[in-house]
Amino acid sequence: MDFVSIKKRLLKFSRSAWTPFAAIPIALGIGAIVLLIAGYNPLQAYAAMWQGAFKDRTAITEVLIKATPLIFIGAGLAVAFRCSIWNIGAEGQFYAGAVAATAVGIYLGDLPRFLLVPLVLIAGASSGALWGMLAAFLKNRFGANEVVTTIMLNYIAIFITGWLVTGPMIETAGLFAQTAKISQNAWLWRFLPPTRLHTGFILAVVVALVLYIIIFKTSLGYTIRAVGINPEAARYAGINVKRKVLLAMAISGGAAGLGGAVEVAAISYRLYQLISPGYGFDGIAVSLLVNNNPLGVIFSGILFGALRSGAEVMQMNAKVPSVLVFLIQGLVVLSVVAFGVYSYVSKEKEE
Amino acid sequence: MEDSMPKNNDPQTILRMEEIHKSFPGGVFANRGVNLEVRQGEIHCLLGENGAGKTVLMSVLYGLYKPDAGSIYYKNEKFDARNPKDAIQNRIGMVHQHFMLVETLSVAENIILGQYKPWKVLNNLDPVIKKIQQMSKDYGLNVDPTSLVQDLSVGEQQRVEILKALYHGADLLILDEPTAVLTPQESEHLLDFLRQLADKGLTIVFITHKLEEVMQISDRVTILRDGKTIATVNTKETNPPELAKMMVGRDVLMDLSKKEKQPGKIIFSVKNLNVKDERGLPAVKNFSFEVYEREVVGIAGVSGNGQSELALALAGLMNSEFDSIILNEISITKRDLTRLNQLGMAHIPEDRQKMGLILPFSVSENFIAETFNDRPFSKYGFLQFKTIKNYSQSLVKKFSIRVGDVDEEIAHLSGGNQQKVVVARELDRRPKFLLVNQPTRGIDIGATEFVRQQIIAERDGGAAILLISTDLEEIFALSDRILVMFEGQVMGEVSPNPDMIEQVGLLMAGKTIESVL
Repeated sequence: MDFVSIKKRLLKFSRSAWTPFAAIPIALGIGAIVLLIAGYNPLQAYAAMWQGAFKDRTAITEVLIKATPLIFIGAGLAVAFRCSIWNIGAEGQFYAGAVAATAVGIYLGDLPRFLLVPLVLIAGASSGALWGMLAAFLKNRFGANEVVTTIMLNYIAIFITGWLVTGPMIETAGLFAQTAKISQNAWLWRFLPPTRLHTGFILAVVVALVLYIIIFKTSLGYTIRAVGINPEAARYAGINVKRKVLLAMAISGGAAGLGGAVEVAAISYRLYQLISPGYGFDGIAVSLLVNNNPLGVIFSGILFGALRSGAEVMQMNAKVPSVLVFLIQGLVVLSVVAFGVYSYVSKEKEE
Repeated sequence: MEDSMPKNNDPQTILRMEEIHKSFPGGVFANRGVNLEVRQGEIHCLLGENGAGKTVLMSVLYGLYKPDAGSIYYKNEKFDARNPKDAIQNRIGMVHQHFMLVETLSVAENIILGQYKPWKVLNNLDPVIKKIQQMSKDYGLNVDPTSLVQDLSVGEQQRVEILKALYHGADLLILDEPTAVLTPQESEHLLDFLRQLADKGLTIVFITHKLEEVMQISDRVTILRDGKTIATVNTKETNPPELAKMMVGRDVLMDLSKKEKQPGKIIFSVKNLNVKDERGLPAVKNFSFEVYEREVVGIAGVSGNGQSELALALAGLMNSEFDSIILNEISITKRDLTRLNQLGMAHIPEDRQKMGLILPFSVSENFIAETFNDRPFSKYGFLQFKTIKNYSQSLVKKFSIRVGDVDEEIAHLSGGNQQKVVVARELDRRPKFLLVNQPTRGIDIGATEFVRQQIIAERDGGAAILLISTDLEEIFALSDRILVMFEGQVMGEVSPNPDMIEQVGLLMAGKTIESVL
């Protein structure tokens, strides 16, 4: 086989939907070299990682638990990115959702379960949506770049949370910087005891599915995609571009806020400053990995959940320091992006 | 005219480009066999409409694009620049429409940008600064090599670009519409300066679509149209109307059999429309007209005289002021302008790729760009893919659009077929008033003929049509009345009598109706 036909095959492959996942072995390969240089046995490290993610039922459910916030966030971001709104603020929107959910879960704790659970989720989603719409408003009204505003809004949300959990909302004992536990009536059902797997995961999958349908099957999704690709043509066709920007940010922020509410109501049961270890940023990669398809986000979310979960065990059992774990995660994202750029550039060239 | 070009190696000839072809994805043929011959020490204007292929031709020479076919001879040798660096080394300089300057660097740093050697930590700029100071003094350019580019005015930045080319020893200087960004006074200065340079032996290729500039500055002028060379003439032996005709006219493609006009009622009327362009300067001034049913009103004019702004304002895509706009006996407010679609107007926009179509979308998704929210294409907010597909297939058949599958990305279609999709979509809505802007620009003859026939059929079906085109032949073939637009104003109304083409040319060049009739 000559070089040209190899290149053609590679090109064809690089355009298929599965390509991004092929970037993972490449990233792990490079990661192995780094591990070797740092003096660790990559086989041992990766074995520990695999074990950590898939060893038994508990391990697998932990992966799904880690994937849950990523699926919420990733699916929401897919909508924003389809509309060409570069929402880097899912982290802040997640926090906004967690704060509102905690407040409802504590202060309305006497409500019966069938009322409180939906209220907690609705509070989280609308709070996240409002936080997202704030950036959209600034963009529409003043032309402020959403990348900048959403990043700034992240800090504001995180620091407000910090203030709340050390001040107004601190637990009654006042020992730790955290709120009291939310009412038991607000807890989501852990349906597979003794594992922690909860109904929030199922909700995440449903949300991803619904957003997929909205984006690809409805006239609303049509307008969002049209605005994302060519706002001028969208305007020409009579679409109100600003309204779509606002809506896309509301959906994106709402999904992230819902993720924050679920995290509180199903896992932590309370709010503390570091409730998100950076889900909002991982969510960007989760969405980009599958070309901003909310349905694909379910799979890439689980993949990133497995990486995260496995990495923890790798750190514990193979004694690989956490920085190297983050490095491998970074390599995965980087190689996915590189693959994407390669196929894009070669497509341009060919034409 | 092409035959009169010297084929031998005339000692005077510094540059000869022969049969240059260049096409782009999406079936855009920018150059379709262009010939150009430039003589040593002359100012040679490259005249043509937007999209005629002027910039592409010069970009091919400068090594920015690789031509599909054709050959270039520069200083009597075969020349083939692989990249701009190649061109610069061969003493060709180009000043682009958009300046290629790093705003945060000084003038001197910008001028030696390509030659900056990063491994030499201490680049001594002093000799460079001295040389620039000397040059700027010699040419009377008044450029301080140590000031930052971001602190300079647009005119000064342009001088830096020219100085950059001269610093690298350019023998041939290409300027791409240099006066477009300048005030009238700055333009005057620039033209004087270029004349000085030419007198010193520099050869200049000056890209423009402004006739007065051609007359004022050039020795010779080559006219491009639709990616082809129309003629090369001595400036002294021509005049603006003739140039305008060559620039926009086209050989008669066909005889459109057109029914006699049936008088009807007024469908669309505009009183005193004023539009400001992006820079806030008036582009359309007190523009008034009316269009009757079963009538095509043509707006003729050299491009850049406010036609785009007129169309965008009428389509509600640009802010405007007006005394009244009436569509089908309904008085239109500013607010209504954004929903003229629903009130019975259709619009075939000037730039199908930028505005008319969403290129990564499929053919069928583009067909529903304005009706996606209406039954039967959408029910309860859900797109009805089967209905949309059937509808698309019927339109494809009706308008004989060449496409394998309506689910194919529209970007893969040829320019002519893309335009047919736009036309099909707009006409299928049976508009009362149809706004058409440059309907056949850049598409092949077959598609052109088809699109024109559709417009005529629409007129005979009762629609009122406003046709904006810089193609005079198109205006004459389709219109029942012609309004000539110059610098945002109506210069006069003429009938589409072929004998009137001379007068229209004069009106397009800014003459008043009283002086030409």
